[in-house]
Amino acid sequence: MMITLDDVQKIAWLSRIRLSDEEKHAMKDNLSAILGWVEKLDQVDTTGIEPLSSMHIPEMVCRTDVCHHTPMAEVITQNAPEKELNMFTVPKVVE
Amino acid sequence: MTKSNDLTRLSLADAKKGLQSKDFTVKELTQAHLDAMKEKKDLNAFVLETPELALEQAAASQKKYDAGTQGPLEGLPIANKDLYCTKGIRTTACSKILASFIPPYESTVSQNLLDAGVVTLGKLNMDEFAMGSANMNSYFGPVINPWTDKEGTKSYVPGGSSGGSAAAVSAHMALAATASDTGGSIRQPASFCGLVGIKPTYGLCSRYGMIAFASSLDQAGPLTRTVEDAAMMLEAMAGHDPKDATSLNIPKPQYTQNLGGSIKGKRVGLPKEYYLKEMHPDILKKWDEAKAWLLDAGAELVDVSLPHTSYALPAYYIIAPAEASSNLARYDGVRYGFRRDADSLDALYEQTRSEGFGDEVKRRILIGTYVLSAGYYDAYYRKAGRLRRLIAQDFEKVFHECDVLLSATTPTPAFAFGEKPKDPISMYMNDVLTVPANIAGLPGISVPVGLSETGLPLGLQLVGPALSEALLFDVSLVLEKASNFLSMAQEKGNKR
Repeated sequence: MMITLDDVQKIAWLSRIRLSDEEKHAMKDNLSAILGWVEKLDQVDTTGIEPLSSMHIPEMVCRTDVCHHTPMAEVITQNAPEKELNMFTVPKVVE
Repeated sequence: MTKSNDLTRLSLADAKKGLQSKDFTVKELTQAHLDAMKEKKDLNAFVLETPELALEQAAASQKKYDAGTQGPLEGLPIANKDLYCTKGIRTTACSKILASFIPPYESTVSQNLLDAGVVTLGKLNMDEFAMGSANMNSYFGPVINPWTDKEGTKSYVPGGSSGGSAAAVSAHMALAATASDTGGSIRQPASFCGLVGIKPTYGLCSRYGMIAFASSLDQAGPLTRTVEDAAMMLEAMAGHDPKDATSLNIPKPQYTQNLGGSIKGKRVGLPKEYYLKEMHPDILKKWDEAKAWLLDAGAELVDVSLPHTSYALPAYYIIAPAEASSNLARYDGVRYGFRRDADSLDALYEQTRSEGFGDEVKRRILIGTYVLSAGYYDAYYRKAGRLRRLIAQDFEKVFHECDVLLSATTPTPAFAFGEKPKDPISMYMNDVLTVPANIAGLPGISVPVGLSETGLPLGLQLVGPALSEALLFDVSLVLEKASNFLSMAQEKGNKR
């Protein structure tokens, strides 16, 4: 499977990871090799087989719908690199 | 009075007995380990040391012994892989992007161990976000295997991702350590460092507070020097947790009560697909010897087949990165961790993540993003999911013909720095024998059984049906005893 530099750029954008030109070239080679290898899976006929995505879980677990009020705004924001009034701050997004 | 370096040579079980019999105090036991940590700093096993906390805990534990109210692991010095959120104590997953993160809560697994009375020595080095097989991908630098060859001239990798955990226990800096296994990250370092490492059935241990890599594959487990110690640790770590919806709702397991049952009549399956041409001849020799030991113990050997084995690794390298790309999307510089400011939100994300993540992590996020993206989701991710079901079905069928599977854990013993595989795919081949158990959610244990010609540890792996940990411990005890590894390690151990 040949991945193009364009593909790498698209995936990098989706992942919000910026790559230098050098990194893009290296990733292109790495990804092409890995994807070539996983294409081996096409050798197997999986008609009628449902994907298995979770192990041993027969049903979704629910909890009782009870509200627990714990004032935690300070704790939750204590690791924030930037914050104001217990709110996370980011660059302006609305013009 | 036992000498300080003798105290670090004890097993978890013997240390507990010693504390109970008042042969030494918790403080003496703890201090012996703190001293060992200072002595062996060059291995780079610890990324954070907590000596004051350890001594405080030791004092509290001693009071419990004095009052006769000690818990199952009271006063025993262990350490946690830096993947487990430890309240108020820096937790980084050995990534720059979390280098300053101080969790406001404790993971369930580490809390269970605290409840059992452990003394915690610090946080252990690992491959960044648990992605790696040699502990060479850590923001805090590589870990060095305490074992070296007979010549003693080279440095070897401890395996990964739980390299720090393995080095700490193998070098007698901790009696035991927590670790995690997504594709082999407990069992492979166990094999490389001459330790016992068990990845339990998916769901046996809670993943609450365990920094997520691949949610359908990650499992917590211990690294110890003996099988009995592994049973003690796993018993304390395991248990249903309402905060983890994937945690199995079963009664708390009791392994230590019933250890060492006879394995007479048990059928040990030898999967033909696990004979690899790349395998080191010393490992093949050990596999053959182990068959003889098991026959001596009354077990039967059965040749079996797991036809989809060769698809496990490719399926894993689609599923795990896909899940990782989703789990690691949260690292965006906003709520915690490293932040590289920028003028726009997208630029903030891009710069933070580009600088904050190491190369292997970026590689896996990109693969994962690709296989989940529009146009490729069916061809890659769903296809891998179908192979996953076939692989799980292979195991289901095989466990009608046998009770447990025996194989090598890794194709080779530990490799030296500088001899590391140059490309990612060769590095990934380290996991070829361990990954199937993660894909199928089944328990797997690695037991050290001997040394290679050059003096490096060799491990064998047992895989069983879901919730067969007790059987795995019983068969492992046979291998441990017959191989005499523990004495061999003491006498011939080529440790730095």
